[in-house]
Amino acid sequence: MIQIREVSKTFTLHNQGSAVIRVMERASLSVAPGECVALTGASGAGKSTLMRMIYGNYLAASGEILIGGVDVVRAEPREIIRLRREVLGYVSQFLRVVPRVPTLDVVAEPLLSVGVDRAAATDRARELLTRLRIPERLWSLSPTTFSGGEQQRVNIARGFAHAYPALLLDEPTASLDAANRDTVLELIHEAKARGAAIVGIFHDAEARAAVCDRVVDLTGFSPQAAA
Amino acid sequence: MSDYNFAYLDEQTKRMIRRAILKGLAIPGYQVPFASREMPMPYGWGTGGVQVSAATLTPEDRLKVIDQGADDTTNAVSIRKFFERTAGVETTEDTASASVIQTRHRIPEAPLTEDQVLVYQVPIPEPLRFLEPSEIETRKMHALEDYGLMHVKLYEDIARHGQIATAYAYPVKVEGRYVMDPSPIPKFDNPKMSGMAAIQLFGAGREQRIYALPPYTQVVSLDFQDFPFEASKADAPCDLCGAEDSYLDEVIVDDAGGRMFVCSDTDYCRARRAAGHVGAQGKTEDAA
Amino acid sequence: MTPLLKVEGLTKRYGARIGCADVSFDLWPGEVMGIVGESGSGKSTLLNCMAGHLAPDAGRVMFDTRTEGMKDTITMSEPERRMLGRTDWAFVHQHARDGLRMNVSAGGNVGERLMAVGARHYGEIRDSAEDWLGRVEIDSSRIDDRPTAFSGGMQQRLQIARNLVTGPRLVFMDEPTGGLDVSVQARLLDLLRGLVREMGLSAIIVTHDLAVVRLLADRLMVMKDGHVVEAGLTDQVLDDPQHAYTQLLVSSVLQV
Repeated sequence: MIQIREVSKTFTLHNQGSAVIRVMERASLSVAPGECVALTGASGAGKSTLMRMIYGNYLAASGEILIGGVDVVRAEPREIIRLRREVLGYVSQFLRVVPRVPTLDVVAEPLLSVGVDRAAATDRARELLTRLRIPERLWSLSPTTFSGGEQQRVNIARGFAHAYPALLLDEPTASLDAANRDTVLELIHEAKARGAAIVGIFHDAEARAAVCDRVVDLTGFSPQAAA
Repeated sequence: MSDYNFAYLDEQTKRMIRRAILKGLAIPGYQVPFASREMPMPYGWGTGGVQVSAATLTPEDRLKVIDQGADDTTNAVSIRKFFERTAGVETTEDTASASVIQTRHRIPEAPLTEDQVLVYQVPIPEPLRFLEPSEIETRKMHALEDYGLMHVKLYEDIARHGQIATAYAYPVKVEGRYVMDPSPIPKFDNPKMSGMAAIQLFGAGREQRIYALPPYTQVVSLDFQDFPFEASKADAPCDLCGAEDSYLDEVIVDDAGGRMFVCSDTDYCRARRAAGHVGAQGKTEDAA
Repeated sequence: MTPLLKVEGLTKRYGARIGCADVSFDLWPGEVMGIVGESGSGKSTLLNCMAGHLAPDAGRVMFDTRTEGMKDTITMSEPERRMLGRTDWAFVHQHARDGLRMNVSAGGNVGERLMAVGARHYGEIRDSAEDWLGRVEIDSSRIDDRPTAFSGGMQQRLQIARNLVTGPRLVFMDEPTGGLDVSVQARLLDLLRGLVREMGLSAIIVTHDLAVVRLLADRLMVMKDGHVVEAGLTDQVLDDPQHAYTQLLVSSVLQV
């Protein structure tokens, strides 16, 4: 489902003496449907950078990243947009939404955008918010006013609303209490069971052990190691 | 007679105006620009109509001038005198026997014939003017038949007053093409314009525009399907001649709220009374 | 599927000065593209050339018309272009007073485009006006008020209703949230996003506000001195800018 071949990444800082920072060299990785792979490595090893490249948020310098047959490195913006809408979900650590939009709508939006009717999308959103223990009285409020943990859970609900065939999880269990962490792990298991290919960053070793089939250490792809 | 050239204007000017009139007749409802002259009367007194009349008159014509239906008000009298002196043409107050009729804000009640020409005085020829101040833009709108704005005006009327409150200068569409300002005639007169046997000419002196309707031109008043055009008038018969079908003026007769409705078309009213028709207050009026 | 709009080599010069130079891109149905750049970078010139308000010196602006397919709107006849301007195209001005008739009621403003394409039933026109005022969150009791009595945010929402009432397929927006205070901006952005999704609109939004494009635009084009220096997926351009100017632009944004 997710195939990463020989991906390298450099940042060129034009406004700081055109310094070129090489952060990753020839990374390769493959994730099959139903598989969950954890990225590990010391801070700065490029875990988030790779996640962002897979999502198309960062532009890889070379190599290819195939997701459901689409090469994210070379795809047109509209192809990536379609990919993100239908195939590739991303639970980031930060919630980024238009202020003022009610939580229920924030969670239902991914479903609405793939054409699910409003009633069904709202039902699914309710279900997820209930499971993640967001009190119902908050559903009609914008999540921008919520606490960090609540925002994180809204973000997770949003990420799991649509049954994406491929899923990226950036620290999904960070800042969650035990009960909610278990719910998230449950959601991940469910996603795997329906055949989703998952790439995740988990600092929480216990959680990692619970859901991940494999661990890939990115230290091996850092330029220093390659040199 | 006098030392004036026939009908005051010089021959070249009249020729220029006739060309504009012919062009206007060829494109019904289209505003033809013309080089309006200074006339010996102020703008707003009918300088456009006077120039069109001057270019239309021949020595054999008989001229009638009406001002809001009346033959005997200042404007009508002075324009009639003007042509009596400068053109030496015959004048009349009788609608049927006039060959050229210059009018301000009315169409005579008696149907006009193919031998007659009706000349309207027009203050503002551009029906879109109050909605779109740019002349360049309004000309484009006419050229492209971009007339949505005209209905916006009618929409505003209904929104504000519950009905189309425009009572005069009610916009019309000519032969399904140009939207035209009929000059400030009451909307009661609008239906008379359509299919009229006489030639209708419109002159705007200050704005330097001439437009025209050839005989039997289709003229449709703009409206909405659910708010159709209505040619309204005061709901009463004429108190002098009893006419039910003519446009009426309301006249306040005393300080106690007394009032009467009389035909705005004085010639029509006179002719009816001469033929023996009598309205509710007709007798007392005659006695007084 | 074909692009809705195909811009090819669009160039506009003001004498020796360049307004915009050799701009080309395709816009697909349902796509929202942002154009960013500082004042004077040529983004408004580009927008006005595309929307037919300015005649470009070179290039083509092909639009997928309903009846004849792809057609160059620059060589199109004026009546055709105007028809496009009141049916399939919409233009939202930065200043609402440029896009509204200030002496006409809110209902009349919304109804104008309907009447321009031949609507002649007062009741129906008023119903659609009311419906649209509701969709842009203006109370229907304000339908007969003039825009002069509206706040800046309301005027802008009214302008949007007036533009979208005929169900256009392409909307040009020039700094639609400029000049509004932030809370009003957020509300407007939310509204625009909803409308874009519900109506499947394509839109081109010119702005200098990077937060606005992040929330509204799928794609981004960065302009400098009349040239496009970088284009791509909005979050990619903002989070991983490749060009020196874009890096400067992104790093110059004040963090809240």
